[in-house]
Amino acid sequence: MFTEELRGEGMAVGTSELLDATVALGAIGWSAREDFKETLAATLAKSPEDRHVFDLVFDRFFFRAAELEAVRHAAAGHDPESDREADEVSGDGEGVDGEGEGEGDSGPPDLDAVREAIARAIADGASGQMGDLASLAIGSVGGRVNDTGVVGVDVQRIRRALDLKPEADPEAPEGDPRRDGLPREGIREFEQALRRELERRRIERLGELPPARALNQMDRALPTGAGQSLADIHRVVRQLKRRLNTQGHELRGQRRRTQVDLRATMRASLQTGGVPVVVKERAIRPRRPEIFVLCDVSTSVTSASLFFLSVLHALHDAFRKMRSFVFVERISEVTELFERERDFAKVSLAIGRDAGVADVTGYTDYGRVWREFLEQTEDDLNPRSTVIVLGDARTNGRDPAEAAFAQIAERAGRAFWLNPEPALYWDYGDSVISRYRPYCQVHECWTADQLEEFVTALTSSVVTAPAPGRPPR
Amino acid sequence: MRRTVSAVPSTVDELATALRGVGYLPGARTALVSHLAVQLDKPVLVEGPAGVGKTELAKALAEVLGRDLVRLQCYEGLDEAKALYEWNYRKQLLAIQARTAAGDGAATLDDDVFGHEFLLERPLMRAIASPTPVVLLIDEIDKTDQEFEAMLLELLSDFQITIPELGRIEATSQPIVLLTSNNSRELTEALKRRCLYLWLDYPELEHELEIVRGRVPGLSASFSRRLVEVIADVRALDLKKPPSIAESIDWARALLLLGADDIDQDVFRDTLSVIVKHRTDLDLVAERIGLRLPESGATAG
Repeated sequence: MFTEELRGEGMAVGTSELLDATVALGAIGWSAREDFKETLAATLAKSPEDRHVFDLVFDRFFFRAAELEAVRHAAAGHDPESDREADEVSGDGEGVDGEGEGEGDSGPPDLDAVREAIARAIADGASGQMGDLASLAIGSVGGRVNDTGVVGVDVQRIRRALDLKPEADPEAPEGDPRRDGLPREGIREFEQALRRELERRRIERLGELPPARALNQMDRALPTGAGQSLADIHRVVRQLKRRLNTQGHELRGQRRRTQVDLRATMRASLQTGGVPVVVKERAIRPRRPEIFVLCDVSTSVTSASLFFLSVLHALHDAFRKMRSFVFVERISEVTELFERERDFAKVSLAIGRDAGVADVTGYTDYGRVWREFLEQTEDDLNPRSTVIVLGDARTNGRDPAEAAFAQIAERAGRAFWLNPEPALYWDYGDSVISRYRPYCQVHECWTADQLEEFVTALTSSVVTAPAPGRPPR
Repeated sequence: MRRTVSAVPSTVDELATALRGVGYLPGARTALVSHLAVQLDKPVLVEGPAGVGKTELAKALAEVLGRDLVRLQCYEGLDEAKALYEWNYRKQLLAIQARTAAGDGAATLDDDVFGHEFLLERPLMRAIASPTPVVLLIDEIDKTDQEFEAMLLELLSDFQITIPELGRIEATSQPIVLLTSNNSRELTEALKRRCLYLWLDYPELEHELEIVRGRVPGLSASFSRRLVEVIADVRALDLKKPPSIAESIDWARALLLLGADDIDQDVFRDTLSVIVKHRTDLDLVAERIGLRLPESGATAG
């Protein structure tokens, strides 16, 4: 059953792995929770990503099992909320410092005291107290913050109410750990504790279990959130670079057969008196596509464009002949910039500063972009070239001008569109992706896997000119 | 050189203690997976950033179990001839010449020259043909091609090698196999499926402190703690290559050698190159961490 949940989350768990797990458990024993979990993880989860999913599912699965039990026990009667509170303080309050414990009894605790206690715990990295403090925080903040019913939103609200920031806060009182800023790690840990606690409360309130929903896919998606560190993106892109490099080699290996170069063979045969001893072959020229990349950097894709820019940067290293453009209302060529700067941080800074793409409104104008692009690349576009568009196809109500795009696609050998939005959102609101679909291959691109798929498509040696009107993909 | 074979540790805790005994401090996860590997005879795929002790684990395991360590370092272009076996064709030629000179018929030759005595054993072959069980370390498997990986499958699941001229060679002893990978390439599902999986990450502060203390005993407790804390700070930055345990230990050794008694700005700047190995990283670390450390004058006074 547990395996099925894992499979439901897209992990490939084979029967043999299941057997391994069972055998392994035989060697370990079922008693200790940590050992049990680690054993299962070692046999079932075979990559860091899988491990992440595994942890989430494991918690959900066994947490739910335990909760179900609890819900059955707590047959209707007393108010579960107050019961919980009492339980929290008397039962497992040993980790809480005296301050918190005392206040749990006397009504809603003082918010400032809680704030400080939490900040201190985070600064000290006291993970044992997190769970208790989380429940305390919900108790104290809960009244002021409306329960939205969406756990993720609640977590953020409580965090804001508690004033937890990684940045240093010079206004904080002397001696308060918040003065120097809190470790990010600690805050994240606390958020997780909050999330668990909120989920538990919700179950109690409703007296039933929420349906086992698929894990929020975004949890596993590419780090596109604005607040997330660049390091994650870099890691993905580095891998991509390496793959791009090896991909070329693979192709060369597969297509080792070549044509005989008659002229060279004849010339060589002169040495041996006209007998063609050495057969000269025509050298294989690796396919070096000329690539034109158009990248949307408007506000609607702010989080994604950061990612896109780094992808662009990676592509620049991998392909020699490549011209990059960024656009919002109009386009601006950034090829030179990429060639000059090897450092990604500087590039993105420079683009933000002097690309001059955002005019008055800051809204994407695709029609204008296509026309300008055609103008600028008129002479260079040929059937050997590939056009890649990175953008969400949200026109803000302006004319999508698919005719102009069709013209571009026709001149270029291939056209790709990478959309950073999940396919679910396509064609909702002002997204007009389907208008462009007849002219290019549209790829959903917001996870590393999808990016990889795209790279495979890009470097594949098959040159298929997308005939207008051909069904997409 | 062989130690007397100690009894194979039968519980996780015993194995953990034994590993500690040979100077490797395993995390809970590491000990558990190693235990499983020993008990179940399954290969372990160890992944993680460079320098967190993947290779060390294999060495420590070999020592604990009193087995020889056979190591195969992988690289791009590694092929069967270098990993499995090769025919010693010089010896074969000599044998043929010797026999033709002696006047033997050539008919019987064919069988003879493809015999065991003309086989050059390479690490993988040596590992499974060894009369006593060994620990086989296949290092940086992600550096090889997929073809090589496919070839490993037969070895890993059944512990046997097929040599066309000789037939199947089955393992005389079951080696404990550790594969390490820096995750520079996604390994094939088939390979992963056959292995236990262990992800080694940078250790937690206390754990790393213990490791540094174990490896560099000359350093005082408070100083080691300070060092590990600085390292943890450095890791939190967005670096190309964050320092790993190996670098912590190197740094500790370097500081011990220099006779430093506290980490201040000067010492940090001078020894920075030990822990950070990229120019852009150097600047970043010097800027972010270096300035937060106490001035050199302040600590002396």
